[in-house]
Amino acid sequence: MSLPGYNFAYLDEQTKRMIRRALLKAVAIPGYQVPFASREMPLAYGWGTGGMQVTAAVIGPHDVLKVIDQGADDTTNAVSIRRFFALTAGVRTTERTAEATIIQTRHRIPETPLTAAQILVYQVPQPEPLRKLEPRETETRRMHALADYGLMHVKLYEDIARHGRITLSYDYPVLVNGRHVMAPSPIPSFDNPKMHRSPALQLFGAGREKRIYAVPPYTSVESLAFEDHPFHPWKANEACGLCGATDSYLDEVVVDDRGGRLFVCSDTDHCTTRRAAGHRGAAAGHALAGAGE
Amino acid sequence: MSDAPLLSVRELTVRFGRTLAVDRASFELWPGEVLAIVGESGSGKTSLLRAVHGDLPADGGCVQYRLDDGALVALDELPEPMRRQLARTQWGFVHQNPRDGLRMAISAGGNVGERLMAAGARHWGRIRAEATEWLRRVEIDPARIDDPPRTYSGGMQQRLQIARVLVTRPRLVLMDEPTGGLDVSVQARLLDLIRRLVSDLGLSAVIVTHDLAVARLLADRMLVMQGGRIVEAGLTDQVLDDPQHPYSQLLVSSVLQA
Repeated sequence: MSLPGYNFAYLDEQTKRMIRRALLKAVAIPGYQVPFASREMPLAYGWGTGGMQVTAAVIGPHDVLKVIDQGADDTTNAVSIRRFFALTAGVRTTERTAEATIIQTRHRIPETPLTAAQILVYQVPQPEPLRKLEPRETETRRMHALADYGLMHVKLYEDIARHGRITLSYDYPVLVNGRHVMAPSPIPSFDNPKMHRSPALQLFGAGREKRIYAVPPYTSVESLAFEDHPFHPWKANEACGLCGATDSYLDEVVVDDRGGRLFVCSDTDHCTTRRAAGHRGAAAGHALAGAGE
Repeated sequence: MSDAPLLSVRELTVRFGRTLAVDRASFELWPGEVLAIVGESGSGKTSLLRAVHGDLPADGGCVQYRLDDGALVALDELPEPMRRQLARTQWGFVHQNPRDGLRMAISAGGNVGERLMAAGARHWGRIRAEATEWLRRVEIDPARIDDPPRTYSGGMQQRLQIARVLVTRPRLVLMDEPTGGLDVSVQARLLDLIRRLVSDLGLSAVIVTHDLAVARLLADRMLVMQGGRIVEAGLTDQVLDDPQHPYSQLLVSSVLQA
């Protein structure tokens, strides 16, 4: 059931077709930014309008939707986008990564490995990886067209010269399919290796910047680095306080006003699943775990 | 010098609207040769240089360049990826204002390394070693490799720009008033440096200048430009000691004797 007076999944069919055409082109040229006629959504730019438009264009009545914001299913942005599609498309929603067929995400890739039956939709604030180095759009387009990416390494060179290592820890630039340099949206560099040869289709939507790009299944995604300073995914050197996981990406949470801190999995579904299976961390039972315990 | 020119410019014309900036300029540059283009402000010397480099679209004529394998190619017929490749490996352009040729927010090492990285270098240690070596060669203290160029003096910035251009060992360097805007003692040191590097590396160079002393010091041959046209060409000493064209005579006679 969907909302009366609205088309299925909010956008009209012409718009969805336009977005699908952009998506097809994006899939055909992995990492290439396809311009598209981004629409106004009932949400402010910067809150995931690009991701929502892509989701609306690919969702069908039998899809199961999961929305995460920084890995969490229960934050405002995730909850309202999930409700939006439950309302306008009448689709089933879930918080379980394994059950979902479409996962819209802001700033994380789920810890549970994705399958070929899933689509990951990223919300992207700035699709142009070269923007901070070269402000002119005409020039960055030319650089992409000619694969003229030396400047990207100048940025990494500076990082090493200043800090002794590459300190970039999110939105870490990648080379897709050996051709296009792409901004993976502000996911932590910890998640970069998950994009490489992923069986799931990965779609990127930037609503304000009006760009769509994609990484098709089983495509090589290589994080840029130097031969003598290889890429290192960054992660806090701790274990999750609630479930004890040492292999997941952790959020640092300030828990009191005396400097108390707790590291917890940023992927709430991953943490809940592990706790349900009996894993317990050093701070198990903490109020952060929610009402379930 | 070999008998085949490295660069051959034929009837090159540049217009800015109705203004004729360069009027059918033709010249050739042989390997290892330094050519000076002199003339007053507005005579079209910088426009000619920029058109040769491909920064300004030419309204007529052509620029031909001899590749490593001896083939002569017309630059406007070359596909853009190849032209860019050429511009960042075999060619170099030294701007009058170092701010135009440097990235001011990036360290000196990054500035020198940029061309190496653009050409495909991906080993940080080797890029840095090369940058250090080049800073030494242009007489900049290698300890300042991580400082951004905005903390450098004008003369140092100009030398840094030269290091940045020469690091890929180009065959042809185009310089637009490389000593303009520097005080006299710094100018002299820079001229010394350029002269040494040009002869050590066997570079071919085209130097645009309004300073006849610079031409006398550096150039084998020179062209005199007036109103967009080349009015006189010849060996430097010959032109300066025995100018034929009235404008050249005026130019030579108007130099102040210290």
